[in-house]
Amino acid sequence: MSSRRTERGNTRSSLPIGLVLLALLAVLLFAVPIVGLVLAAPWGDLGGLLSSETVKDALRLSMFSSIAATVVSGVLGVPLAWLIARARFRGIAFVRSLVLLPLVLPPVVGGAALLFALGRNGVLGGPIFSFSGLVLPFSIWGVIVANTFVAMPFLVISVEGAFRNLDRRFEGAAASLGASRWTVFRRVTLPLIWPSLLSGLLLTWARAFGEFGATLTFAGSLPGRTQTLPLAVFVALESDRDLAVAMSLLMVAVALAVLIVLRDRWWGTS
Amino acid sequence: MRGRLCVMALGFATVACGGAGDGMTELVVSAASSLTDVFTEIESQFELSHPGVDVILNTGGSSLLREQILGGAPVDVFASASAKVMDAVAEAGLIRGEPEIFALNKLEIGVPLGNPGGVEGLEDFSRDTLLIGLCAPGVPCGDLARDALESAGVAPAVDSEEPNVRALLLKLESGELDAGLVYRTDLLASALVQGLAIPDEFNVSTNYVIGVLAGGSQEEMATEFVSFVMSGTGRAIFTDHGFGVP
Repeated sequence: MSSRRTERGNTRSSLPIGLVLLALLAVLLFAVPIVGLVLAAPWGDLGGLLSSETVKDALRLSMFSSIAATVVSGVLGVPLAWLIARARFRGIAFVRSLVLLPLVLPPVVGGAALLFALGRNGVLGGPIFSFSGLVLPFSIWGVIVANTFVAMPFLVISVEGAFRNLDRRFEGAAASLGASRWTVFRRVTLPLIWPSLLSGLLLTWARAFGEFGATLTFAGSLPGRTQTLPLAVFVALESDRDLAVAMSLLMVAVALAVLIVLRDRWWGTS
Repeated sequence: MRGRLCVMALGFATVACGGAGDGMTELVVSAASSLTDVFTEIESQFELSHPGVDVILNTGGSSLLREQILGGAPVDVFASASAKVMDAVAEAGLIRGEPEIFALNKLEIGVPLGNPGGVEGLEDFSRDTLLIGLCAPGVPCGDLARDALESAGVAPAVDSEEPNVRALLLKLESGELDAGLVYRTDLLASALVQGLAIPDEFNVSTNYVIGVLAGGSQEEMATEFVSFVMSGTGRAIFTDHGFGVP
């Protein structure tokens, strides 16, 4: 690894042209669809389309369920990442693969699996239903479960890496000064992994905000109850294309706004 | 050829992007979800009598298939669960000749085995305590369901609007929904769902229409496929699966 420092101008001119072209091609891949969306947009009616009840309901459900899934992922995912990074028993590699499975699994498959496990007649959903009368599918709780299932691995994977790379001498020092295990975790470990935790939470939220397949399969689709923005876009694509494009633009705007604001706040602008 | 098929991996439609036989003529048939089983049989029979032809079946809600076609998906034959959906494609000038009616179907009430919700008729669809599913508005089975409920004077307490009839059937089969309105033929095909007839005065039968896409590279073979669907052999297959024939 050469760390030769060069002036900006020099750096630019020394980039291999082939790499630059490939990179530009990659940028096009991301930019062209957005341009397509912008060109297809019914700009004149945008205000009217986006102020409809369907859109308001879907946006509210999307924000609520994705934030809730992010909170749940944080509360459960950090201890899980810690366990995977630190535990020294045989089955931990298997646990790790299991946790990362939703990253690879098609969301529809995840949704079907959730339905068979947590539905009214599922292995776990059955007892829950007969005990408490709670039905997860077709409710906002089902949406949150589906979102969490699909999105939490992003948090676990980024926080687990941070736990692994942590210099454990800091924790040792705190412990030798008499701090309890819990205090060490809260006051030393957590602050050290903070940047990874934040980026993990951001990725988790982003994945939950865009979740479609698992939600549709597990929680169904009903405007005002379980129909989040991606589901509303999917339905509208077949019946009201202008509305679908308007909602898609709304999703792009929300996602961009969040990414830009958080980037500035957490990682600085440089 | 493979590349153009990959374009079709839209929404629920899954079309394999590899492994097409060398030198095989590929015929892409977009068919409504409710035709999945019967068209699978049509496909194998047609391929038997037409060696060298590989029929690629692309199933989904009719309205989704329509959007794929209007969006430029390279489809050779379109079989829709409603004439209304087909009309939009025909109006865009994408259908060669006139679409033809090839099968009829009716709705029935589908309930999980044993009917845990104690559903007896359409009037139960307004019961708030039951979990009720319909196809989404705009999808043929959804529009048909709403017509039947309206003519019966029932305001349904819907818990889920599913994108196609197979998605709805899955939730009935797993017992997660207490009742839904699905096609008669879906009930015949599923061992996990039982059907309750809807009185004829409220029920509307739907016509399936088929058309050859204009400008496709396989227009001749597509026309032959449609003739096969309309032939005596084709009609027998539809009757076997519980469809009516014109």
